[in-house]
Order: sequence, then structure tokens, then C-alpha cells
Amino acid sequence: MEPILATNKLSPFRQGAQAGISIAIGYMPIALTFGLLAKTTGLTFLETVMMSMIVFAGASQYIALNLLSLGTGTFEIVLTTFVLNIRHFLMSASLNEKAESDELWKKALYAFGITDETFSVAATKEGTVNASYMFGLIALSYGSWVVNSGIGHLVGASLPQSLQTSMSVALYAMFIGLLVPSFKKQRKTMWLAGLAAMINSVLLFFHMPKGWAIVVATLVSAVLVQYAVNEREREDA
Amino acid sequence: MHSGIVLLILAMGLVTYIPRMLPLVVFHRVQLPPFWQGVLKNVPYATLGALIVPGIFFIQDDKWFGVLGFTSAVLAAWLGANVIVVVLASVAVLSLYALM
Repeated sequence: MEPILATNKLSPFRQGAQAGISIAIGYMPIALTFGLLAKTTGLTFLETVMMSMIVFAGASQYIALNLLSLGTGTFEIVLTTFVLNIRHFLMSASLNEKAESDELWKKALYAFGITDETFSVAATKEGTVNASYMFGLIALSYGSWVVNSGIGHLVGASLPQSLQTSMSVALYAMFIGLLVPSFKKQRKTMWLAGLAAMINSVLLFFHMPKGWAIVVATLVSAVLVQYAVNEREREDA
Repeated sequence: MHSGIVLLILAMGLVTYIPRMLPLVVFHRVQLPPFWQGVLKNVPYATLGALIVPGIFFIQDDKWFGVLGFTSAVLAAWLGANVIVVVLASVAVLSLYALM
């Protein structure tokens, strides 16, 4: 018999799934709208669902629709997608520092589900992350993304306008909900976030493409703060 | 299905998967120098800063929308609310604002 106490402790998969609920909620309005826009751009239901299943990247999929409707060629759309996704190199490398040493194929499999949102949730979790946790987290996020894209195309409508408008804040609120608690634990996280936010704003103001701006802002901030931390430790020593 | 679209989707899938997968696979069991380990551990907090600002202030044409959403989320999170509560609270605040 299983000990009764063990039921209080969730399995890593269920922990991940639970952490994925806010992502699933946040993806709903974006995926519904994607399905709707895909329909108006002329994609069939199958093509729409297939794109969400295979690409699983919100911003890229939106831009692809936009470029398709402008009649842009395949190569340019793919290149734009790549540039927009360069930031995931950084996220994947960062997650690797936190990842338990699972078998390689499992890591290669859950890598498919790394988005801004799943990365943020996994990276701010206490302790390490393993493949089961990632699978749980991704199952909910991916499910919401794919299913709601399909519904958006089928129903041909998104949420009521007022709800759609207020739900546009959902993912940003989630990012804030993940970030702010770390301010209380480690003061340097405030510097990291603040500095990156400032650099990102300045770069976008000068019209740097979004894909590059976020990479430059993140790297410069992470390196500068690490340098400052090292210097201070050296002085203290 | 249009074969051009299918090809586009597959190519997009490939250039999306590669950046997500390569570091996890290449750095599998690789020990980076301590400085770079530190930098990579800093990445999540820096990324979050850049993901939130300035994006949140442009979610609607009405600038107050972003400002209000930002403030209510920061307040709820600072008071120790769980992430889902932070999300629901800021959506609720903005729904109220939209009704006014």
C-alpha cells in the first residue's frame, strides 16, 4: 500500500501541470485570436492547427500571418521567424544550468516546448527542474495553445471584446507574478530586471528589431550584474 | 492543404526548434566557467524584465490600460499573491476599468 502521506506530495509531472495553469489561461485569448486571424488570412482549419502544433511560438505565428497576407515569400518569413527566436538560445542555455541530468532524448523532447512563458515558469521555480516537471508544464501550455487555435478558427470569433481587451494583460501579469517574489529573496534580481527593461526600451525606441533587442538587453544586463557581483566579492575577500 | 503552406510550417518549426534544443543538447553535461554559469543564472530575471517592459504599456491604445495592469499586478505580487491570483486580479481590475 502507498503511504497516505505521499499523496500530499505532488509528482513532478503534476507540479508542472499545476504551474502550467496560468500559462494555459494566458494563451487562451492569444490562441483564439490566432485561429481567427488565420482563417481570415485564408489558412484552412488543418493548416492552422498544424502550424500551432509544429511551430508553437505565438509571436512568430502572428508575424507569419501578417507576412503571408502581404504576399511575402517563404524564405523571408522563415528568416524573420529565426531572428525572432534567437532569444531561445539564451533561455535554453540558462535552463540547462537548472536542468537535472535526464537522458538526452528527454531533454531534446522537452526543448520543443520552451517558450517565453514555460521558460519563465521553470526558471523561477525553486530548486532544479527535471523532464517530468517540464512535460507537465508543457502539456498544459501546448494543449491550450493548440486547442484554442483550433477553436478560434472553427468558431470564427474570439472572446467578447471587453474580456479580450482585459485578458491581453494576462501573460504580462504572469511574468510580473513570477518576477516580483524574487526581489524579496535576492536584491540583484531587481537590478537584472530593471536594467534589461531599460535597455530593451531604449533599443526598441531606436527601432532595433524585437528579436535582437531582447537578446542584447538580456545579455548586457546579465553580464554587467555578474561582473558587479564578482567585483564586490573580490573587495569583500 | 496547400503544399507551399505545409513547407512554410515545417521550415518555421525547424528554425523555432533549433534554438530551443541546441544549448540543452550541446551543453548536456558540460561544465561552463563559473562566470558564465553566473550569467546564465541571471538570464531569467533579465529576460523577465525585458519581456514585461515596455510591452505591457502598449497592450491597448489607451495607455492607462497598461499602467493600471502593471500597477495592479506588481501590487498583488508584492503582497505575496500566487501567480494565478496575480493574473486573475489584474484581468479583473482591467475588466472593471473597461466597464467604466
